[in-house]
Amino acid sequence: MKPSLSRLIAVLGASLLACAAHAAEVQIAVAANFTAPIKDIAAEFEKDTGHKVVAAFGPTGGLYTQIKNGAPFEVFFSADDTTPAKLETEGDAVAGSRFTYAIGKLVLWSATAGYVDDKGEVLKKNAFRHLSIGNPKTAPYGLAATQVLDKLGLADAVKPKLVEGTNITQAHQFVATGNAELGFVALSQVYKDGRITGGSAWIVPDNLYEPIRQDAVILARGKGNPAAAALVEYLKGPKAAAVIKAYGYDL
Amino acid sequence: MSASDLAAIWLTLELASLTTALLLVIGTPVAWWLARTRSRLKGPIGAVVALPLVLPPTVLGFYLLVTMGPHGLVGKFTAAMGLGTLPFTFAGLVVGSVFYSMPFVVQPLQNAFEAIGERPLEVAATLRAGPWDTFFTVVLPLARPGFVTASILGFAHTVGEFGVVLMLGGNIPGKTRTVSVQIFDHVEAMEYAQAHWLAGGMVVFSFFVLLALYSGRRFKAGPG
Repeated sequence: MKPSLSRLIAVLGASLLACAAHAAEVQIAVAANFTAPIKDIAAEFEKDTGHKVVAAFGPTGGLYTQIKNGAPFEVFFSADDTTPAKLETEGDAVAGSRFTYAIGKLVLWSATAGYVDDKGEVLKKNAFRHLSIGNPKTAPYGLAATQVLDKLGLADAVKPKLVEGTNITQAHQFVATGNAELGFVALSQVYKDGRITGGSAWIVPDNLYEPIRQDAVILARGKGNPAAAALVEYLKGPKAAAVIKAYGYDL
Repeated sequence: MSASDLAAIWLTLELASLTTALLLVIGTPVAWWLARTRSRLKGPIGAVVALPLVLPPTVLGFYLLVTMGPHGLVGKFTAAMGLGTLPFTFAGLVVGSVFYSMPFVVQPLQNAFEAIGERPLEVAATLRAGPWDTFFTVVLPLARPGFVTASILGFAHTVGEFGVVLMLGGNIPGKTRTVSVQIFDHVEAMEYAQAHWLAGGMVVFSFFVLLALYSGRRFKAGPG
């Protein structure tokens, strides 16, 4: 059966109207490590709902400071679970809107193929000159890295060799440029479509560090914005889950 | 103020002093050449010296990280010399700072040398002063205000350095963690009170440095 042209136009027109009536814009703040997945998710979300996403990226602490000082963000995707909780108790976020959108995984990575074995024995051999980690005080992945070193009993042995990136992006950069032979980075940085994209890696077992829960929350400014609520729902849905897993996060 | 804050302040002062001293040694001949030369290279060399004025420090830091790293030209050279690679070391920060603060030392010196003009040099020559003699007994005293300005600006600009240290440093306490990185750490960790102490200290320091500089302008160049 061939649909008549007029009917097609009517359907198209109606869906356009529907979009226009409901389409809204949402401004989001996203922790740097989630940059790539949220871009993919937002593109799908915009296609599916007609809403528009405007995203700002940065370190979690920096974004927190911006939010406290009046930045116009409506949803916050943090790299940890403490910062969103803090915003909620401080009254800057919508109570009860907080949820874990991804669980970060830690990986010991080298840009050199064959350098890191699949059991992390390379750490015990201690033949490297520099081990790069995120700043444990400010970067959740950095904190997790110190937990792993503690559990393995290597904290003292490697201490003089640690170089800290201010965040996990910089820790990755030190390894990628070869200045550090290896480092603890986020799996999402070196993982795409189910495998390590380059170099060599040891995916650290979950029992060696506390889970890196990444929580999101609707901010006070996003209260009542249909696009904000829709985006949060979308993040909990199967399409977003597929993207998040493809980038090496747990759910 | 915590021990790590004090360590960062001390490290920053060391870095700024060493960088300024090195820059006076390297920058003086460069500035002298730029002030006197009629070479066609004057333009390009002057531009290279001035690059850090317009380049974001992260650009400078990034290229230094890559070239001084194990795969970079400089890194391969230093490794072959048995020095290892420079990122994550104090020496690496010194190299970065020398590039970063170069125009702040060379330009005041160049201006001072140019202001002297030909005449005093010609007079010295007629009195049979050799070039070195002329430089130390005529040029240096006449250019003294330029040296004062160059030292103050070179020192202060290095104290305020952030992007280069961040890119090259690796945030190692007592070795590469300077005041600006320490402030960044405090803010990232939401330790605003500590951040205020250090950041406020930087504002006061910068103000008094500039005050000294602008009040100092009253002193005229004198012969010796």
